[in-house]
Amino acid sequence: MSTTTHPALLLDGVERTHGTGPTAVHALRGVSLAVEPGELVAVMGPSGSGKSTLLNVAGALDAPTGGRVLIDGQELSALGRKQLDRLRRRTMGFVFQDLNLIPSLTALENVSLPLELDGVALRTARAAARAALDKVRIPELADRFPEQLSGGQQQRAAIARALVGDRSLVLADEPTGALDSTTGEAVLRTLRQQCDDGAAGLLVTHESRHAAWADRVIFLRDGVVVDSTGDAATPESLLDRVV
Amino acid sequence: MSIKHSLLALLHEGPMYGAQLRGEFEARTGGTWPLNVGQVYTTLSRLERDGLVAGAGAPDDEGRIAYELTDAGRAELDAWWSVPVGREQTPRNELAIKLALAVTLPGVDVQQIVQTQRTATMTHLRDLTRLKRTADGEDLAWELVLESLVFADEAEIRWLDHVEARIARLDPSQAKASRTAHVASAGSAGVREAVTRR
Ligand SMILES: Nc1ncnc2c1ncn2[C@@H]1O[C@H](COP(=O)(O)OP(=O)(O)O)[C@@H](O)[C@H]1O
Ligand SMILES: [Mg+2]
Repeated sequence: MSTTTHPALLLDGVERTHGTGPTAVHALRGVSLAVEPGELVAVMGPSGSGKSTLLNVAGALDAPTGGRVLIDGQELSALGRKQLDRLRRRTMGFVFQDLNLIPSLTALENVSLPLELDGVALRTARAAARAALDKVRIPELADRFPEQLSGGQQQRAAIARALVGDRSLVLADEPTGALDSTTGEAVLRTLRQQCDDGAAGLLVTHESRHAAWADRVIFLRDGVVVDSTGDAATPESLLDRVV
Repeated sequence: MSIKHSLLALLHEGPMYGAQLRGEFEARTGGTWPLNVGQVYTTLSRLERDGLVAGAGAPDDEGRIAYELTDAGRAELDAWWSVPVGREQTPRNELAIKLALAVTLPGVDVQQIVQTQRTATMTHLRDLTRLKRTADGEDLAWELVLESLVFADEAEIRWLDHVEARIARLDPSQAKASRTAHVASAGSAGVREAVTRR
């Protein structure tokens, strides 16, 4: 690997222990992982295996108790709070199961807000927000308020908000949780597209059909990566097996 | 499905003759895949020819010969446990048999078998999904075939998750122990009872 390019996300021996003493919970026990630009990595594992903790640590929402986290080659522990906030707003997009759409803002305003907070001019921010709503295929719902949207439409708006303004690292925790399977697939298609366009993605999911959209799937158990899928097969070898 | 490997797995417990092997196989797989004695003896003689089993002493009063594993047979069995079941053979059956045998035998790392299989199946599912993404909606028959494979993979992974959860529930201390080296046979007899009772 060249010394001038960095993985979009690098976890190096990351540990996260909640609490201390006999009741301490070792949610992550030495996790190492690199996600390159253009790559979508899925994380699977039983409930309680540390998936959400991993995602929160990768997104600088939670600090590791051991090891290092680097975003674009920048070590997070070296950054101050303001710099972290900025990094989160500019570089990262988050999709969580609870959508956190602001009820008093329209879909368009919700999507545009992160850019506006970041000092982007209103016109530019709104144009980018429209493009993002386009991408998730709900441009016609731009002026509706969250309560006027179905669950699936709200989820798409939340994803548009996570992707707006070319985020280079997208972190999603069970983003298809409450969705029917067609909408769930549309969400995955959008995430996949963002990564094909150059973003790095980390996706937590318990559904194998969704994890299958990733380039690589890693399996967590008790805070440890126990396995990971290898390189892709050629289409020819797959066809051989089918026919 | 692999009769060959199933017999090797059963012989791991000690020498047995053909009818015993058949009885044990059916008891452990719930009679879902009946074997006839002829199949068992044909397979045994092939295994003997290949040096994987050998006669264990003289015939008994009724003229039955017990077979036992050779070192090569043990190595073949170890390889079977560690390699995931291929998609090209009747996969569901061999996998179910493999796990049915694995939970009834001492010293087999069931959790590792489950994880190895899950990774292989997940890799296959990812590759199918990649292929499906390139489909343009023009070839319905082709996409339906792909989707049938996707559903089969998904079902297998869900079942593997279920197997893992059941083993963990059975006795957490034992699930932990089985991850390391050899499980005490008392512990695994507990698993076996829970599986063969029902
Ligand atoms: N804030 C916290 N305080 C104490 N324990 C926690 C906290 N967050 C998570 N945990 C524990 O850490 C482990 C991993 O949790 P989590 O990352 O949410 O797992 P997953 O997302 O895979 O279900 C669990 O045992 C959980 O109970
Ligand atoms: Mg979680």
